[in-house]
Amino acid sequence: MVSAVTSQGRHTPNQARRISDPRAVAETVTDPELPMLTLADLGVLRDVSEVDGTVVVTITPTYTGCPAMDTMRDDLVHALRDAGYRDVDVRTVLHPPWSSDWITDEGKRKLAEAGISPPGATPRNDGPIPLTLGSPVHAVRCPHCGAANTEELSRFSATACKSLRRCRVCAEPFEHVKEI
Amino acid sequence: MSFDNAYEAVSEANDQARWAFGTGFTDPLSGVDTSLPSGVDGNDLASYCLMLGDDALIMSHRLQQWCTRAPELEDEVALANIGLDLLGQARLLLTRAGKAGTAMPASAGAAVADRPEDALAFFRDEHEFRNIRLAELSSHEPVDFALVIAQLLVFATWRLALLRRLTDSRDPVLAAIAAKGVKEVTYHRDYAAQWTVRLGDGTDYSHRRMQSGLDAVWPYVGELFDTHPVERALADVAVDPAMSRTEFDDVLTQVCSAATLTVPDIPPLAGVSGRKGRDGVHTEEMGFLLAEMQAVARAHPEATW
Repeated sequence: MVSAVTSQGRHTPNQARRISDPRAVAETVTDPELPMLTLADLGVLRDVSEVDGTVVVTITPTYTGCPAMDTMRDDLVHALRDAGYRDVDVRTVLHPPWSSDWITDEGKRKLAEAGISPPGATPRNDGPIPLTLGSPVHAVRCPHCGAANTEELSRFSATACKSLRRCRVCAEPFEHVKEI
Repeated sequence: MSFDNAYEAVSEANDQARWAFGTGFTDPLSGVDTSLPSGVDGNDLASYCLMLGDDALIMSHRLQQWCTRAPELEDEVALANIGLDLLGQARLLLTRAGKAGTAMPASAGAAVADRPEDALAFFRDEHEFRNIRLAELSSHEPVDFALVIAQLLVFATWRLALLRRLTDSRDPVLAAIAAKGVKEVTYHRDYAAQWTVRLGDGTDYSHRRMQSGLDAVWPYVGELFDTHPVERALADVAVDPAMSRTEFDDVLTQVCSAATLTVPDIPPLAGVSGRKGRDGVHTEEMGFLLAEMQAVARAHPEATW
């Protein structure tokens, strides 16, 4: 999936700054809504390569309507330009669709540290998609006190990718990144 | 962000840096290979994308109208989130329609050729919209929460069955849009189904309201499963909605049973001389919806935001 990044010396720097690996630069860019996570932690950054002097960055949206996509593109272009890469092309891939399973272990750890409960494994199924009339069965731990006794308040929260929950032990509300 | 001189700071190339979300919306299919699969008629594909895109756009607008009107903050956020997902699907599908259409020969697909998503959303007239009439139903004035739940339950159940089949489309762009959409519409349907059960199996009053909500949307169900000539022409690219009727009925029976509601037995609304939403014939409410949705863009046609 991820191609190797070419060596550092092939492009011409347009600024007198130290040029690092374009992948390393792209990996420092953070998510606009979850700034504790990089786009790489989130699994949104799919590929960084260099083609004829242009850095080609490939990203995938978490949700189709995610309004942060334009900001992500801009942030990537600016980070790479600041590092001396003048020609940057940010491309979108839709397939395969983003899954919360792509959030790295490091990303899940950072979410938990920020008080946001990370997603569990995504359910898999073939054929008609089963209807869920009750609360989701998987246990979600409270990121504050660690208790497993939590309840869903709403499947929807401040961003498309999170739900709102409450801990029945410490009574604190918290956000949970949904499994999709 | 610093600039070397004042002119650089105001030049178009640097414009995006000064705004949180950019000054114009970029192509949502930016960088996606949008070449046509072999043997597919571009205008047919454009017409088909327009149907699915208009369904999502109009339903999204109806859900957005619930902002400030929902019974609880959580449900306001929920309806807005669902509207946002559908708006995202609409953007991709309308963009695909504009790219797939070719100017000749003249056809419904040709009318959208090379038009960007905003032009399709804001500068088409009522008869050019291809959405099913269910999406147009107004539930926010006067506020009727049971009606929007019934509308969303039917819409999401139908669309989920359709998108799931569309993931096997021979058009890789449609297949990819469908695969993302399936994940989203799955929880749209769950949301509507859970509220249907809560209201239907609640008090006598909420039960009565939920049943009348379902009864009110039922005349618009039949149209969802009509096979359109474009869907027939695009054999392995489009999905024949008639194939999904059993799955739809199974889900509605399951939800109504848990909600102690009756699956309505109400005949479908006829078209006008047989013409319905997919043919550009809409309900009275559609004109009011478009007037609101398109007013700002039409008042300031050169504006970017």
